[in-house]
Amino acid sequence: MTSPTDATAHVAPATHQARERRHATRGARATRARIAATVGAFGALAFLTCLLAPLVGSTHISLVRAFDRSIPFADNVDAQIFFVARLPRVLAGALVGAGLASAGVVFQALLRNPLADPFTLGVSGGASVGAMLAITFGLSMAVGPVSPVPLATLAGAGAAALLVYRLATAAGRAMSTSVLLLAGVTLNAFFSAVIMLLQYVSSFTEVYRAMRWLMGDLDIGGFAPVIAVLPLMAIAFVLFALLPSALNQLSVGSDAAASRGVDVARVQRLAFVSASLATSGSVSLAGPIGFVGIVVPHLVRLIVGVDHRVVLPASALFGAAFLVGCDLVARTLFSPVEIPLGIVTAMIGGPFFLWLLVRRG
Amino acid sequence: MPLSAQHVSYSYTSRRGTASFALRDVSLAIERGTLTGLLGPNGCGKTTLLRLLAGILRPHAGTVTLDGRALSDLSRRAVARRIAVVPQETHPAFDYTAIEMVLMGRHPHLGVFELEGPRDFDIAHEAMVSTGTDHLGDRAYMTLSGGEKQRVIIASALAQQPAVLLLDEPTASLDLGYQVEIASLLRQLNRERSVTMVMATHDLNLAASICDTLVLMRDGRIQSYGATSDVLDSDAVRRLYGVDADVRFHDDAGHLVVVPVGPAPSAVEGRTR
Repeated sequence: MTSPTDATAHVAPATHQARERRHATRGARATRARIAATVGAFGALAFLTCLLAPLVGSTHISLVRAFDRSIPFADNVDAQIFFVARLPRVLAGALVGAGLASAGVVFQALLRNPLADPFTLGVSGGASVGAMLAITFGLSMAVGPVSPVPLATLAGAGAAALLVYRLATAAGRAMSTSVLLLAGVTLNAFFSAVIMLLQYVSSFTEVYRAMRWLMGDLDIGGFAPVIAVLPLMAIAFVLFALLPSALNQLSVGSDAAASRGVDVARVQRLAFVSASLATSGSVSLAGPIGFVGIVVPHLVRLIVGVDHRVVLPASALFGAAFLVGCDLVARTLFSPVEIPLGIVTAMIGGPFFLWLLVRRG
Repeated sequence: MPLSAQHVSYSYTSRRGTASFALRDVSLAIERGTLTGLLGPNGCGKTTLLRLLAGILRPHAGTVTLDGRALSDLSRRAVARRIAVVPQETHPAFDYTAIEMVLMGRHPHLGVFELEGPRDFDIAHEAMVSTGTDHLGDRAYMTLSGGEKQRVIIASALAQQPAVLLLDEPTASLDLGYQVEIASLLRQLNRERSVTMVMATHDLNLAASICDTLVLMRDGRIQSYGATSDVLDSDAVRRLYGVDADVRFHDDAGHLVVVPVGPAPSAVEGRTR
């Protein structure tokens, strides 16, 4: 938007009004256009990443051959590698990346703290304790295609989220975001002590498996695990769609939001539940992958500004592209040896975030 | 009578579970088009009263009514379309631009998925013109000076198109220049747009210069309530703050001025904090 120049003061009132009207129309179109352009650009990036990532790997395959319907699927090795071996992993990466990045945006607005991430409130700690318990005690309570570790992870994450929520709303008070933050940080510390205890009493193989799980991993070996968390993630994303304007209001302050007609308690509840669902689903699928939930929202804000109606969808799409890209690095950099995904995101995300912090500070 | 409170009480519950009254049986009626000042010492219940009038808090007893209807019967959005709030300071968690801050005032007029249309931009732009902030449009809110920030916040409140504007110590963190600037802006908006205003303040001279009605509060109760020239005198200042003050009409300023002289001897111990 450009501001009217001094010259407009001398223009006849009618012309002046007409000019203001055009000005306003342009502004209104600009909001719509900005959202459309951003979602379009980040959407294209996410789509292309997901389409091209399965082509790269230890065996070279061709996109044209993979999509060539004239060759029967049974004989089309390229299509088999593309759709069966690599696509599930890429889709899982996209889902987890989108989930963690959006959860990061929502938690940052809910806590009014740009340094919050999906794991600040103890969800990852609870999830990890669940996973450690399943690994250490070799639980074998598989439900259909879903193996015990993701289930225990989900249970741990859910229990932690519920506990933090109960603490923050204790004694019938409205949700206190400062209690939420403190309770989350404390619970994370408590959970890491539990994890260490479990590792202390475990055998070497179990400790190795547990460590490997904590580093994060998208090697899920098929579509079933993705489909299993899909309903959870779908609910989270539907709830996310209701939030952006209210998150803008909440970012200004809870009293300000209330005086603009926002039901603050309801929005806080909705934000907490949706972001916890997305985080739990993501962690149960891929382990606690750090830095996506904090680096992606900040990078997106640098590019598109801070309006949540743009930031939330753009972060989801860019998070998907970012994690699929990181996973590509993880499985190809030292091929055929794979680097755990959590290490790659932290090693790319960590220094980048520090640079961002220093540059903006 | 756009906004009134009838026998309103509110208490905060402490950690030990004991309730302490912030407001006790407060009744007042804000006349249309007036600029009312809320005066009183720290903790007298000014801010609580403003939050109750804004519908941010619900009274534990009594009712707040807007144009004859209880606030509790109206939706939050409906209340927000009629009443806007200007706090002492606003610290957004993210780096919004000035125009984004002003457009957020349109929130109660928009649906969940509705974006601002040309009319909303018109209203926001007009609010920025009338607060002298239209040249700040794309500037980051956090980089503005204190006076500019507060004018942007007033613009966002005007973009809500409220009938009533509630202000909580709007000049408390500003230097003298900005205080005078905001004061004359408020007076002008009150006169030209006939926005009814209620302003809590510690600045007696600010209140004396722009308010036509004053509400004097102490210990959660209203002590006196009436036209500024009737209510504001050295007796009132002594009762509220325990301060001996010279209150007289200043011919050049055209309003009462309050000059504190010293602590009132009898009130030093009597004053509760």
